[in-house]
Amino acid sequence: MFMPNVPVGQPVPGFSEKDLIKRSASSVPEPARRLTEVAKLIDISKCIGCKACQSACIEWNDTHPEMESFQGTYMNPHDLTPNMFTLMRFNEWTNPETDKLEWLIRKDGCMHCSDPGCLKACPAPGAIVQYSNGIVDFVHDNCIGCGYCVKGCPFNIPRISQTDHKAYKCTLCSDRVAVGQGPACAKACPTHAISFGTKDEMKAEAADRVKDLNSRGYKNAGLYDPPGVGGTHVMYVLQHADKPHIYNDLPDDPKISSLVQAWKGAGKFAGLALIGFAAVASAAHAVFAGQNKVTKHDEEEGEALTGKDA
Amino acid sequence: MSEALRDTDRLDPNRNIEHRTMVQPGDAITPGTKGTPATVKRYGPLARLNHWVVAFSLIALALSGLALYSPYLYFLTGIFGGGQTTRWLHPWIGVLLFVSFYVFFAQLWRANLFNRDDLTWAMRFKDVVAGNEERLPEMGKYNAGQKFVFWGMSALILALIGTGVLIWQEYFAVYTAIETQRWAALLHAAAAIAIILIWITHVYASIWIQGTMRAMTRGNVTAGWAYRHHRKWLKQLAGLRRKTAPQANAVEHTKAAKHLGL
Repeated sequence: MFMPNVPVGQPVPGFSEKDLIKRSASSVPEPARRLTEVAKLIDISKCIGCKACQSACIEWNDTHPEMESFQGTYMNPHDLTPNMFTLMRFNEWTNPETDKLEWLIRKDGCMHCSDPGCLKACPAPGAIVQYSNGIVDFVHDNCIGCGYCVKGCPFNIPRISQTDHKAYKCTLCSDRVAVGQGPACAKACPTHAISFGTKDEMKAEAADRVKDLNSRGYKNAGLYDPPGVGGTHVMYVLQHADKPHIYNDLPDDPKISSLVQAWKGAGKFAGLALIGFAAVASAAHAVFAGQNKVTKHDEEEGEALTGKDA
Repeated sequence: MSEALRDTDRLDPNRNIEHRTMVQPGDAITPGTKGTPATVKRYGPLARLNHWVVAFSLIALALSGLALYSPYLYFLTGIFGGGQTTRWLHPWIGVLLFVSFYVFFAQLWRANLFNRDDLTWAMRFKDVVAGNEERLPEMGKYNAGQKFVFWGMSALILALIGTGVLIWQEYFAVYTAIETQRWAALLHAAAAIAIILIWITHVYASIWIQGTMRAMTRGNVTAGWAYRHHRKWLKQLAGLRRKTAPQANAVEHTKAAKHLGL
């Protein structure tokens, strides 16, 4: 999808606090206006692994990934880092049906879930927010670096910086989207493997792509928009949508871990209720039972036992 | 000293081991004089200092932990200087608690071994709550409730330091799988709630049972208090004193008392 620059002469009203639909460890009022849901569509069948997206990401976000050594794969750096928000994961896969090698290159990064596990796990009010257009963003001023988002995320995306102890991940270029531009990676992609638009547009585009792939023999081609996390705002077109795990362990059915649900859900209230109950029960006992006091008799017996000629 | 112990064992209906575990180095009677009632030494200055280090760390950990546990309590991070400070400080206080508690543990564990009287005590819990101590067996230095607090804290502090290290993002997060950390986070929270409940019991009992707090402030209790709540302990101390009569009131100067700096 071709994305022309929007004119930047006039300040374009971006989204703000008023556009929040979720805010970590706090609540937000229902926003007065709803932005159109956006999405990034990554068509893995079109990706040539050039890493222009990675470079564009580094440039736009002004991050400084460390120089690393060769790991025996084209993948570089070795993993997502606090300075690398997106990463081409290379996998050489032999299709058992055709006995042919397929190069499955998945652009890894934040999926911008509708039901974000990171946001659910975050204890710091306002450190993770979700805008009504679906973008999940980290607000670094509020981040305390505890790493709970890492545990909440079903995709293993957030990384904690050892420099400033804050969490980092893809922002879906929320600062660009706010002024009507697409993400830097989509802009840089030479094969249009990355597109950006409204979620509906992207689904329609994906449907076209799936039809095309079907006609080319990829009968299991499909869209990856996992319902377990309420759908995502970064979606993949997969040649083999029946087995997402072959794409460098893309989860087949991602959802927020039940451990995280228990930890961050009912468990919280049960714990506070127990503590409250114990405090109230103690106070009630004090009122109804009165203090357990040493009697005159106890004192006399005690003195008798400890006296000089006892 | 060992002579005296064996002698008092004969007076004691319980087995030797129980006896030896009931009186601790430093425990001693200070006889009353005119106007001042008799007191019994229960904790030396170092034991008390240790107790208060543990107490301070536990409270600081509870406050900083609760701040991250519930959004309603996040404001507690203000006490520590904000969210970031709370995040790095909490685990270090945890290390302080772990170390100080286990020094304390080494001093107290023998006296906290369970015996048959503890079972009777626990079976008559209604009388415990009602304060009918005449219906309970005579207790050594610690009753079953105190022993429960002791072992409960010991186990939970182990669980908390274990799970806590796994979710100590700054230094240890890279060593375990995220799924392991999820388990650790859940268990850490559950253990924290459990230890807070035990802490409430502990603090409340020390307030409810009048004359208890001074054991951890001044280090001694009145003879009347010891007679009422820990009669077997008092009787054994009295027996010890009788046997070492020429140096009455000198038990605390014995080798055993100097052991562990009590």
